Amino acid sequence: MNGAQALIEVLENEGVEIIFGYPGGAVLPLYDALLQSKIKHALTRTEQSAAHAACGYARSADKVGVCLATSGPGATNLITGIANAYLDSTPLVAITGQVATELIGHDVFQEVDIVGATTPFTKHNYLIEDAADIPRIVKEAFYIASTGRKGPVLIDLPVNIQKKVKNYKFDAKIELRSYKPTIEPNFRQLKKLEEAINSSRRPLLCVGGGCMLSFVSDKIIALSDKINAPFVTTMLGIGAVPTSHENCLGMIGQSGLYAANSAVEAADLVIVLGARLGDRATGKHNSFAKKAKIVHIDIDPAEIGKNHNTYIPIVGDLNVTLSRILEMDIETKTSEWAADIEKWKEYAEFSGAFSDDEVNPKEIFDCLSDNAGEDVIAVTDVGQHQVWAGRFYRPKASGSFLTSGGLGTMAFSLPAAIGAKFANPDKRVVAIVGDGGFQMCMNELGTIKQENLKMGIALINNDRLGMVRELQQHHCGGRYSGTVLEYNPDFSLIAAAYDIEYYKVTDNSQIGEAVSRLLDPKKLVMVEFIVNPTANVDRVKAGE
Amino acid sequence: MYKVAGMFGRRAFNIDSLVVGVTQDPTVSRMTIVIDGDDNNVEQVTKQLHKLIDVIKIGDISKTAISRQFAFVKIRSTAAMRNEIVLLANIIDAKVIDISPETITLEVTGDEEKLANIKMLFEKYTIIEMVQTGTVSIEKGANSIKV
Repeated sequence: MNGAQALIEVLENEGVEIIFGYPGGAVLPLYDALLQSKIKHALTRTEQSAAHAACGYARSADKVGVCLATSGPGATNLITGIANAYLDSTPLVAITGQVATELIGHDVFQEVDIVGATTPFTKHNYLIEDAADIPRIVKEAFYIASTGRKGPVLIDLPVNIQKKVKNYKFDAKIELRSYKPTIEPNFRQLKKLEEAINSSRRPLLCVGGGCMLSFVSDKIIALSDKINAPFVTTMLGIGAVPTSHENCLGMIGQSGLYAANSAVEAADLVIVLGARLGDRATGKHNSFAKKAKIVHIDIDPAEIGKNHNTYIPIVGDLNVTLSRILEMDIETKTSEWAADIEKWKEYAEFSGAFSDDEVNPKEIFDCLSDNAGEDVIAVTDVGQHQVWAGRFYRPKASGSFLTSGGLGTMAFSLPAAIGAKFANPDKRVVAIVGDGGFQMCMNELGTIKQENLKMGIALINNDRLGMVRELQQHHCGGRYSGTVLEYNPDFSLIAAAYDIEYYKVTDNSQIGEAVSRLLDPKKLVMVEFIVNPTANVDRVKAGE
Repeated sequence: MYKVAGMFGRRAFNIDSLVVGVTQDPTVSRMTIVIDGDDNNVEQVTKQLHKLIDVIKIGDISKTAISRQFAFVKIRSTAAMRNEIVLLANIIDAKVIDISPETITLEVTGDEEKLANIKMLFEKYTIIEMVQTGTVSIEKGANSIKV
């Protein structure tokens, strides 16, 4: 057995079913070993997509995603996807080939120090220098990626180590003397939380991306019901709970909903669940929920108090912690703000004026919310359509909204949708993407066709890099610089080139039919929505 | 080592000094890191260091530590000045470790203040070269950072 075969054997032992990758000279032994393995390999059209696809797979499957690339440019192309996984705490194992150990440091063909390059945004990384370490290190990588605060781990494997034939032992124990994530929350802090809840009159739950990774939707709703606390979400929290639920007030933050932001501002107790309270969710440093006691529950102690002062810090696993909280003797008298909440909910969002012969973007997402069942997974790209989706799309099931929240990576949608489809063959996956992001990843139409994946692709086209154009409108006095996409292709011909069913929507009356096509489980279909280039995401703040 | 140093740079924490060396356990190396910051900074640094998988244990010993630095000082010295410099060196507990016709080299161990004093004291001669380590520290009394 050689090193490559040993690595593949550990992957099989870890339950890996699919690897997203792109071959090259420094991973020839690994690709050769894959031929003898039951693990499927999906060939993406660039390494970055392989990392995003593995992310989409991981986030929608509760498994570790695996991507594979060669040394040098293959490895550097993975970087954006790895950083994306890091910022969104996605369990990912990235495997890269490396030049032979005796050549490392000589700047040979396709050599880069990928361990050095990825150190700032991996949870951990390894360069394997002794073939005997392969089983232990790969096992450790999966353990680290999938426990505690999840995240990406990179393994750099020199080609001579891949070829090393020896008697590999697979019984190595994981020895991480310092790595012991706190699972059980502190009893005294829970006691304080009990008092805080019982004395609260305006309690609010804030659901973050950690809730999606912990699969705690039912417990959040149970807590929300038990203490009469509505919940709001961050961008990544949308995937964690069915935001169509009546207790949900929607997304918070500078692009959030009036009801959600108003509730944050008025609450006297905000229980933050698995969120890092980043600037997009909270606005200015230390300006979040000023009237409230902030309770911050997170598996990563470094997140607590990093951006905002915390009244009660609770480090622990969300599943365990929420179970403990639900066992407590808690109740609240919250009638005093129920009327306010109802009033906030009625606020007319998105007052942008659209005539009948054009597309109102809100209508697309309202229609999608009305028609998508629990079996639909929406995957967005980054930009205005993402914010519209975040504000107006209300999925009916948890785990059914994937987006790039932390890094804000354009070109995430199509590859992540591919990963989500592999993880959920029985669900309908709909990728939502702008014309800018689409042109960064439309090569993945090839992967979709090669793998015969049936999914919907909603292309929201305004011939602009709309989000940046909108920022230039507000912050640069309307001077538009580098945001007009001239010479956009005829997207119907792009679809035709890949033999993909295509529809164009130019006014509101066509949205209903187009959405039903996007949701048709039997079809691979692309719908292009033509949106007015002046349409904005229309930010609102609480109290405005 | 570079993972620790990189974390400080990345998160905009300033390091005054960082020393790494072996310990009584060959599988463990020890880093003494001096940072200047308030309690919040120290808490964040500690938490972020904990996240590094290779970091085994962190102790904040700023209030209980004995700390030392080490320095070599090469001073320009003619035969006529030699006695005076050696006398000064003896008084401040620096050791003469090398002499040439034009130079005297001293070896000094002490806290930050002592090393600063030495620099001041020999300034009236010509300091050709001064090289010093960062700070290493250990806790007073029976306390220790056990791993």
